[in-house]
Amino acid sequence: MAIELFRIDDRLIHGQVVVGWGQPLDLTFIVLVDDEVASSEWEQELYRMGVPPEMDVHFHTVDEAAEKLNGYQRDERRGALLTGDIETMARLIDLTGAIPRVNLGGIHHRIGRTQRLRYVFLAPDEEQALRSLAARGVDVSAQDVPAARPLALNEVLSGEGNR
Amino acid sequence: MSEPGDADAEVRALIAGHGDFAAGLLSAVGQITGRGGAFIALSNRDMSAADVERAMREQVEAGAVEVIFTDLPAGSCTMAARRLQRERPNMVLVTGTNLATLLDFVFHTDVPAGEAARHAADKGRAALVVTGGSTGGH
Repeated sequence: MAIELFRIDDRLIHGQVVVGWGQPLDLTFIVLVDDEVASSEWEQELYRMGVPPEMDVHFHTVDEAAEKLNGYQRDERRGALLTGDIETMARLIDLTGAIPRVNLGGIHHRIGRTQRLRYVFLAPDEEQALRSLAARGVDVSAQDVPAARPLALNEVLSGEGNR
Repeated sequence: MSEPGDADAEVRALIAGHGDFAAGLLSAVGQITGRGGAFIALSNRDMSAADVERAMREQVEAGAVEVIFTDLPAGSCTMAARRLQRERPNMVLVTGTNLATLLDFVFHTDVPAGEAARHAADKGRAALVVTGGSTGGH
């Protein structure tokens, strides 16, 4: 079964992930990759309290996640891997080369970013990072919830997804 | 988001959640009791975690909010409330909020907010009732 969803979402664990994706995909574990969260017991406890008891949450730095990714991919259960930003996911892909697809689930407004979708705002360097991932064969698409139509990266960057 | 008769109620709590969860509950409380003014509504729609925390912090700092009611334990509103709670240990968070919870809360103005919130949460749990349908598996 392994990891069904590789998602970039600045909210990390929240309702859309735990319920919106968790229920239809039958997710039973989450791998949260974030250097800051991985170094904070308090942050980890905060996110752990948000998930149902039957769902495991694993917290890793990027380096740790790169080492453990193969193991998670062999897991018989279904899981999701989350990063809070594009840079973290790109670093993980650089280290592993083993992530076939990336879901843009929530990258919200910040100074310097341009709106591409209701839930995706990108700075020029972030757009370039996503294009680089796509050029390497990673399937990059945007989809906030499973019921929504996935939008290919070209649709996101061209603004077609907003029409 | 006020219903008729809400004007005199003193703000005591914040309702926060997905979509129109908070506005809908606030409207229902107002319609039933005329005390919808006891609450401020906040939606996390299209907001980052930082945005939710910022908006919640503004509301808490601006008024007399002692209790935050949220919808889902895993929701970004709950996460934001827990971050604020770290700075304000006396602030009360209730998650899994339903209408019965809020209706009980608005009528307990004579007790400390924490006590009123705990009593309201008990009422909210008790209000969940299932009737009809078959039993014994699906």
